[in-house]
Amino acid sequence: MQAANPQDAQPQLRGDLTIWLVILAELATFGLLFVGYAFARLRDPALFNASQASLHLHSGALNTVLLICGSGCVAMAVQALRRDARAAGSRWLLAALLCGLGFMVVKSLEFGEQFAAGVNLSTNTFFMFYLMLAGFHYLHVAAGLLFIALVWWKARQGAYGPDDCHAPETAAAFWHMVDLLWIVLFPLVYLMR
Amino acid sequence: MLRDTISRIWAALLALTLLSVAVGELGLVDGLRRWPVPLLFALVLLKARWVALHFMELAEAPPLWRRLLLGWLYLVLSLILLAWWLALPR
Repeated sequence: MQAANPQDAQPQLRGDLTIWLVILAELATFGLLFVGYAFARLRDPALFNASQASLHLHSGALNTVLLICGSGCVAMAVQALRRDARAAGSRWLLAALLCGLGFMVVKSLEFGEQFAAGVNLSTNTFFMFYLMLAGFHYLHVAAGLLFIALVWWKARQGAYGPDDCHAPETAAAFWHMVDLLWIVLFPLVYLMR
Repeated sequence: MLRDTISRIWAALLALTLLSVAVGELGLVDGLRRWPVPLLFALVLLKARWVALHFMELAEAPPLWRRLLLGWLYLVLSLILLAWWLALPR
């Protein structure tokens, strides 16, 4: 069967090449931190298990659900914009924003409680890795939210459609990466014993 | 059609997340059983692959990009599991 548009049949990287290079750099950095955490745990599993027990499993689980929903909303937004359903695309982007903001509220509350209890980078090796991983990821959620907010703002003005989806696809690629990183981070830091 | 695929994957991701939390709560409470961790990371692999292939649309991307991202995933998860296995009490 022949594709209606010859371009559709070609393999295509959605989003800007620059963001994909950024994604590769981010994956390499987080990959080192993930593996660093796992091998640091090897030296003192009891300390890691005891420190891990003080984390809020349900907050982590709720945040996983929020990020997955955010990713689902962004994917739906891109599909809507490609089929010229601009209002629906804009609504999906707003829903993604709310999911991301929900993540930041839950994580801020968790961090606030931990800081109030005196947790910091020098508490122990577990918390050093936890704060670096979760803190670094938190900043990426904030950056992703700014990106999605900008695209949402322009989508509301009807800026994107079937012929111009480059910016939403670029924002989506970054947002999905943030989700992907949390999918690994959550079981590694909150669950693995 | 594509919307249906995204909805199905979205639902499956949520279901696997709930399963991960259940495994975490039921299987890891005492930290003595070994099966939950490999199961957890098998779920991570499934979820991360779906996000990469369908949400990031790498299923339709040039093969090099798909291999780079999935290669990262396999490498990182393998090393995490290796470190976990080495940390098990003998």
